Amino acid sequence: MAESDNIVVETAEKIFADLADPQTINNDKKDAWKTPLWQALSEAGLPLSWVPEDLGGSGASLADGFALLNAAGRFAIAVPLAETMLAGWLLAQAKIASPDGEMTVVPASPKDRITLNADGSLSGRARGVPFAKAAKHFAVLVHGKDGVSIALVDAAKVRIEAGLNVGYDHSDAVTLDNVDPVTIKPAPNAFDQITLMLIGGVARSLQIAGALESMLDISVRYSNERVAFEKKISKFQAVQHNLARLAGESAAALAAATSAADAVANAKAFDDEVYLEAASAKIRCAEAAEKGGSIAHQVHGAIGFTMEHILHRYSLRALAWRDDFGSESHWAVELGRLVASRGADELWPLVASR
Amino acid sequence: MTAALRFDPIRLPPECEQLRKEVRAFLAEEIAAGTFDPHKPNREDTDAPEFSRRVGAKGWLGMTWPKKYGGQERSFLERYVVTEEMRVANAPTRRFFVADRQSGPVLLKYAPEHIKMEILPRICRGELCFAIGMSEPNSGSDLFAAKTRATKTDGGYLINGTKIWTSSAHIADYMIAIFRTSPPTKENRRHGLTQFLVKMKQPGIKVNPIGQITGQYEFNEVVFTDYFIPDDHVLGEVDGAWKQATSELAYERSGPERFLETYYVLTELVRAVGSDPDTRSAEGIGRLVAQLHTMRRMSVSVAGMLQAGKEPVVEASIVKDIGTVWEQQLPHRVRDLAAFVEETATNRETLERQLDFAIKTAPKLTIQGGTTEVLRGIIARGLGLR
Repeated sequence: MAESDNIVVETAEKIFADLADPQTINNDKKDAWKTPLWQALSEAGLPLSWVPEDLGGSGASLADGFALLNAAGRFAIAVPLAETMLAGWLLAQAKIASPDGEMTVVPASPKDRITLNADGSLSGRARGVPFAKAAKHFAVLVHGKDGVSIALVDAAKVRIEAGLNVGYDHSDAVTLDNVDPVTIKPAPNAFDQITLMLIGGVARSLQIAGALESMLDISVRYSNERVAFEKKISKFQAVQHNLARLAGESAAALAAATSAADAVANAKAFDDEVYLEAASAKIRCAEAAEKGGSIAHQVHGAIGFTMEHILHRYSLRALAWRDDFGSESHWAVELGRLVASRGADELWPLVASR
Repeated sequence: MTAALRFDPIRLPPECEQLRKEVRAFLAEEIAAGTFDPHKPNREDTDAPEFSRRVGAKGWLGMTWPKKYGGQERSFLERYVVTEEMRVANAPTRRFFVADRQSGPVLLKYAPEHIKMEILPRICRGELCFAIGMSEPNSGSDLFAAKTRATKTDGGYLINGTKIWTSSAHIADYMIAIFRTSPPTKENRRHGLTQFLVKMKQPGIKVNPIGQITGQYEFNEVVFTDYFIPDDHVLGEVDGAWKQATSELAYERSGPERFLETYYVLTELVRAVGSDPDTRSAEGIGRLVAQLHTMRRMSVSVAGMLQAGKEPVVEASIVKDIGTVWEQQLPHRVRDLAAFVEETATNRETLERQLDFAIKTAPKLTIQGGTTEVLRGIIARGLGLR
């Protein structure tokens, strides 16, 4: 990866390299690496990157935070960094200060809904909530009769059914039965669950793009080491062409994700143009995870299918990240409907506006 | 290593948006005047010399070139906007497109001053059509295999041999071609090719049309028999055309023309499904739009690199590979999605006519301008595999 001139990313990459080297982590069956990693990330203020200083965070820009998530994807980081960043950002939308410790966002799927009861308590169920089991607090988007609110909820008050996603990370079902929030405040105007899902989707897109960059790197490296039929497999044209396609998928994912991050970071309003960017990133990155990951495995052969090898840390996680904050199928239907409702002659103007 | 594959999120500057409005207004006038039908694909044999001159008069040809040669000294990003608006409208660009994209920049770089002064302003006025003479029978993408000889004679060269698959040669005023001036050497099999400016419609050249499976005539075979080219029509280094030809390719491989050639079927599909599509159509359209948006962002990014004076050969190859595979699959995907379009959709006939043509066009899209296999070889080299 290129040396970054971004101080947030530089700090994070140094921590990842020191404490979250994929090979070291992969060999550590007891997850002993998690505590020092989280501690170092917290000391550097990274989990609360997107929280303004007056709300307890480090006040980094959206752009810097997105670049950090891309770096986290390159290391396939399996601690709730993205989730805590998103939770802090969501709370900050309603000027709620962030507590210390791991957080995650509820709901994490466009279909799930948490509602505000007449007595001020919260009810509802959300599935596939990433790292819910590791979280000390939840940032919750709430629907009430007066509109959308944002709440800080103590994880101890919530029922959690533990689950694992395709990448072996926690992805849990969360049930709120008349839970009293720590704090609840109205969301800003025009903020809704779609906004949250799309921002979450952009975060996941950057992580997927990062994982693909690493898959390309290790696949190219492996192809230059592995000898078969008396030559390096990188010298076989069929392998070269597969890796060229992987490079294309990796480049497309990174282009879509960084373009969406740039669009969101500089958006004045969450209009159709930003919607196009965010939804497209999630759709295209998910497609790239499928196509690119399968090529990376093909190049690695049987060794890449073992738990001992690090490939699965990237490939399975990239596949798992497709499901969070709306799958590519979900966003494709939504984007298709948006395009259809605007009409055929408005399609090109929409695409060309970006 | 992957650092080389970054596509920074370049945004088109405000002057591009103003220009886009002007281009759209111009094209709307042309459509109203009956110059072309935007619902009909940009058919390959469409030749519209008067339209070409009007585009030139607008200052939209040779936009990035120096003013002393008739250019406008505008940016690659502005040129990008003109190109994509023309493509999307199905405007008849055949007569001027190659000269604007490729031949002009080659002349700017390698032609003697008096040739530049004579020819470039005429390209900018939309008066000249260019062809590119690279492929030969049994050479194709393998440029080293080119055999057509340029033999040194008094004051110039005599050309003997045959070029093939030469688009627009039948209407072209000039061709920029590579010919063999020396055999390849043992040390360098790329040695021995030279680039020339060829004046068409002269004795010693015969152009034979070759029909295409779309039913159109665009390809030609061009036979040279003792055709004379004067010394001052040599472009660049004698025997050193290989590097010239490859650096030209970043221009040819990353532009909007590399993913928009069958775009019209997507617009017509959106029209046919109406404002409230079923889930299947909506998902299909959503995916196609996401893919299109992503490629366009990559393509704009490469235009930004060109504007910054870089030679993004690998990045351009990636855009062309992904872009042409996409535009090749698009008609088939649209056909899938159109299977359940209502019989009463107002544009059903238009869509069917477009699909018929696009499906016939599709096979060539991954061949022209460098085959998929050649592009993947270039990308693999960029990855350090060869």
